[in-house]
Amino acid sequence: MLKAVILIGGPQKGTRFRPLSFEVPKPLFPVAGVPTLQHHIEACVKVPNMKEILLIGFYQPNEELNRFLSSAQQEFKIPVRYLQEYAALGTGGGIYHFRDQILSGSPQQFFVLNADVCSEFPLEDMLRFQKEHGDAHSFIILATTANRKQSLNYGCIVENEHTSEVLHYVEKPSTFVSDIINCGIYLFTPEIFQHIGAVFRKNQQDVMLDEQCNGWQRAEVIRLEQDIFTALAAQEKLYVYKTDRFWSQIKSAGSAIYASRLYLNQYHKTHPERLATNKDGGPKIIGNVYVHPTANIDPTAVLGPNVSIGTGVTIGAGVRVRESIILHGATLQDHSCVLNSIIGWDSTIGKWARVEGTPSDPNPNDPYAKIDSETLFRDGKLTPSITILGCNVTIPSEVIILNSIVLPHKDLNRSFKNQIIL
Amino acid sequence: MKALILVGGYGTRLRPLTLSVPKPLVEFCNKPILLHQVEALVKAGVRHVVLAVSYMSDLLEREMKTQEQRLGIKISLSHEKEPLGTAGPLALARELLTDSDEPFFVLNSDVICDFPFEDMLKFHKNHGKEGTIVVTKVEEPSKYGVVVYEGETGRIHRFVEKPQVFVSNKINAGMYIFSPSMLRRIQLRPTSIEKEIFPVMAEEGQLYAMELQGFWMDIGQPKDFLTGMCMYLQSVRQNAPERLRTGPGFLGNVLVDPTAVIGENCTIGPNVTIGAGVVLEDGVRIKRCTVLKGAHIRSHSWLESCIVGWSSSVGQWVRMENVSVLGEDVIVSDELYINGANVLPHKSITDSVPEPRIIM
Ligand SMILES: Nc1nc2c(ncn2[C@@H]2O[C@H](COP(=O)(O)OP(=O)(O)O)[C@@H](O)[C@H]2O)c(=O)[nH]1
Ligand SMILES: Nc1nc2c(ncn2[C@@H]2O[C@H](COP(=O)(O)OP(=O)(O)O)[C@@H](O)[C@H]2O)c(=O)[nH]1
Ligand SMILES: [Mg+2]
Ligand SMILES: [Mg+2]
Repeated sequence: MLKAVILIGGPQKGTRFRPLSFEVPKPLFPVAGVPTLQHHIEACVKVPNMKEILLIGFYQPNEELNRFLSSAQQEFKIPVRYLQEYAALGTGGGIYHFRDQILSGSPQQFFVLNADVCSEFPLEDMLRFQKEHGDAHSFIILATTANRKQSLNYGCIVENEHTSEVLHYVEKPSTFVSDIINCGIYLFTPEIFQHIGAVFRKNQQDVMLDEQCNGWQRAEVIRLEQDIFTALAAQEKLYVYKTDRFWSQIKSAGSAIYASRLYLNQYHKTHPERLATNKDGGPKIIGNVYVHPTANIDPTAVLGPNVSIGTGVTIGAGVRVRESIILHGATLQDHSCVLNSIIGWDSTIGKWARVEGTPSDPNPNDPYAKIDSETLFRDGKLTPSITILGCNVTIPSEVIILNSIVLPHKDLNRSFKNQIIL
Repeated sequence: MKALILVGGYGTRLRPLTLSVPKPLVEFCNKPILLHQVEALVKAGVRHVVLAVSYMSDLLEREMKTQEQRLGIKISLSHEKEPLGTAGPLALARELLTDSDEPFFVLNSDVICDFPFEDMLKFHKNHGKEGTIVVTKVEEPSKYGVVVYEGETGRIHRFVEKPQVFVSNKINAGMYIFSPSMLRRIQLRPTSIEKEIFPVMAEEGQLYAMELQGFWMDIGQPKDFLTGMCMYLQSVRQNAPERLRTGPGFLGNVLVDPTAVIGENCTIGPNVTIGAGVVLEDGVRIKRCTVLKGAHIRSHSWLESCIVGWSSSVGQWVRMENVSVLGEDVIVSDELYINGANVLPHKSITDSVPEPRIIM
C-alpha cells in the first residue's frame, strides 16, 4: 500500500500571500475554485492502493482546516488527517517526527508533496519510473526544466543522463548549477527515515556541545533539501524523474491566478463539469471559467478567460471579469470591470469601478520560464502586480484601483494606484 | 459693420484635434468654434467677417463659403505670407476695414463667452476714443497680463505682465472694437497688439476697458476646452434650458445632438456634449466629456474629462480619464485604461496608457 504526506507549513509561512493568508491558511486558498490542497488530494486518491493522506504542518488546529479535512474524507472515502508539529521542523523534520504515523500499516512507499505547488502531479509515472528503474528502494524527485536565471531560485539537480541518478543537489545556488529544478514532489521508501535519522542524531550531538539552547528542537529541525538530498547525491539512492507537464510554485498571490489558469485548463481532462459553459440565460463565458453553483450572475456579465467565482458571489449587469479570482460572498455591481485581481471575501465593487492589476505571468516566449514571485518592492517602489483586495473591502462606484494591495475591512473613498493600502 | 477674427496658425495646442480639422472648425458644444463668434457678430449687425489666417486650408475656405450663404454675410480670408502676430493682420486687411468710418471688431479666435458685441459698440461710441478692449475677471491674476484702468470710466492706465503684487484682477479677454483711425498705428510687419500697440494707445488716453459679465474661457487647449464646455453648458442652462437633455440617466447639463443614439442604462453627465451621429451603447457612464461627430462608445465604458475625436471608437469596459484626447478615427480596444493620453489620428490602441503621454 501507499500513503501521501503533504507539507502544509504554518502561519509564519506564506507571508508573500498576504493579505489573503490572514483569512485562510494558504494551503486552503481556492485555486480554480477548490482549495489548493484539494488538487493534491485528488491526484493522490487516483493512485491505486493509496490508503491514507497525512497533512503535516504547524498550524494550530482551526475550523477551516477541520472542515476541509472532514469534507475531503467524505468526498474521497479515504482517511485524511492533520498532524501538527510542535514547532516548524522543516521539510524533513516534520515527516521524521511523525514517522511512526506514516509507517503504520507498512506502506511500501509514500509520496511527499509540498503544498505550495501546482502541478499535474504525475504520481503514477513516478511509481512506474521507480519500478522500471530496477531499484525498488530508490527515492525519486520530480523535476522540471527552468531557464538559467530562474533556476537559482529553486533546488538544482545535476543528473547522470543515462541512469537519471542525482549526482549533485544544491538548494537555491547563487551561481548557475543546473537547469533541472526540484518540483517539491517526492516518492520515498521507508528507508528515507534512516537517512533523516542519521542527520537527526548528528544534530543532537552537535547541539549537545552547545548547552545554551533547546537541544531537542534544534536537532529536530531538518531540511529535506539541504540536509538530506545534498548528502544522498551520488550514493545510487536518489533519482530524478523529469516532467514537462505543467508545474508552478504558488508563493505569491499573483501566482495563484497563474496556478488557477493551469488547473482550469487541466479541468478539460479531469473535471469538465467544473468548467462553465455558455447557456441561454447565463453570462457570456470566454475560455476557462469556474463558477460556483451558488453564485448569482447576471446574464449580461462577461467572464473569462481564467476566472474563478466562489460561493455566494453576486455579479451585476454588464460586469466584466478576466484573469481573476472572486472569493466567496463578494459583490461586483453593474458595469464594474475586474482584471488580473483577487477580490477578497465579502468585498464590494461599486458600479463602473475598475479593479485592475498587472499580470505576473512567466515570459510567454520562454518555454522554461517560471513565474517570478520574489519581491514586492523594487528600488523602493511597489512592483506592479496583481491587485488584491483583502476580505470585506468596499470600493466605491466609478473609481480605479490599479496595481494595489488593499488590507482587509477597508472602505475606500477614491482611486488608488500602485499602493499598499493599510 | 465688420469684424476681423485672428485665426492664426495651426492651433498646435489643440492637437490632436487640429491635425484633422482647422481649429476654427472644431466643434465646441456641437458648433464650430468660429461659428459661435460669427453668429454672435451677425446678431450684433456685422455683415462682413475677415478671417486672418497664417496658413491655408481648403476645408476652411469651403466651409466659409457655406456659411456666407447660410448667414447671408460676406466672409473673407486674409492670408498672411508670414505670421504677422496679433496686430499685423489688421494692417494686411486695412483696405477691407477702412472702407467706411464705422468701428470694427477684432477677436481672438478661441475665446468663448456670452459675446457682448452690442454692449461693446455702445460703450465704444459712448467714450468716443480709438479703442475698447473687453476685460474679464480672473482668480489668479499673477498668471496673466492684467489691465489697470479707472473703474468709473474704463480708461486704461497701463498693462502689467504677470504681476507679482496685486494690481488688478482683470485681464484682456481677447475681444476689441476699434475706430478705423486706429489702423494708422499699425505697420505691415509682425507685431503684437498687446505689447506694442495697446500700451501706446493707453498712454495717449485712447484705450478703454469694458468689463465682461458672465463666463469667459480661452479654449485653445484641451483642458480649457473642457472647462469652457462646462461654463458654456451652464449658461445654456440659464438662457435656453430647453436645449439641454434631461430625464432618467441624464445628470446636470448635457447637450445631445438629436441624431445621436443612446443605449439603455447609461448615466450621462454632468457636463457632457454628444455630437451628431454618435452612438453610446448600453451601460456607458460619461461625465465632463465632449464626444465629437460619428464617434462610437461601446458598452459599460467609463469616461471622464475626455475629448473623443470624430469617428473614433472606444471599446467595451474602457476607462478613459484625465483629459485624454482622441484624434480623428482612433480605435481603443476593449478593456483598456487610458489615463491622460493624447492620441494622434487614425491610431489603433491595444495597450493601456496608465500614465499621461502622447501616442504617435
Ligand atoms: N510541515 C512543515 N512544512 C513546511 C515547513 N517548512 C516548509 N514547509 C512546507 O514545505 C514546502 C516548501 O517550503 P520551503 O522549503 O520553505 O519553501 P521553498 O524552498 O521556497 O520552496 C511548502 O509547502 C511549505 O509549506 C515546516 O517546518 N513544516
Ligand atoms: N492671423 C494671425 N493670428 C494670430 C497670429 N498669432 C496669433 N494669432 C491669433 O491671435 C489670437 C491670440 O494669440 P496669442 O496672443 O498668441 O494668444 P494664445 O495663442 O491664445 O495664447 C489667437 O486666436 C491666435 O490664433 C498670427 O501671426 N497671425
Ligand atoms: Mg525549500
Ligand atoms: Mg488662444
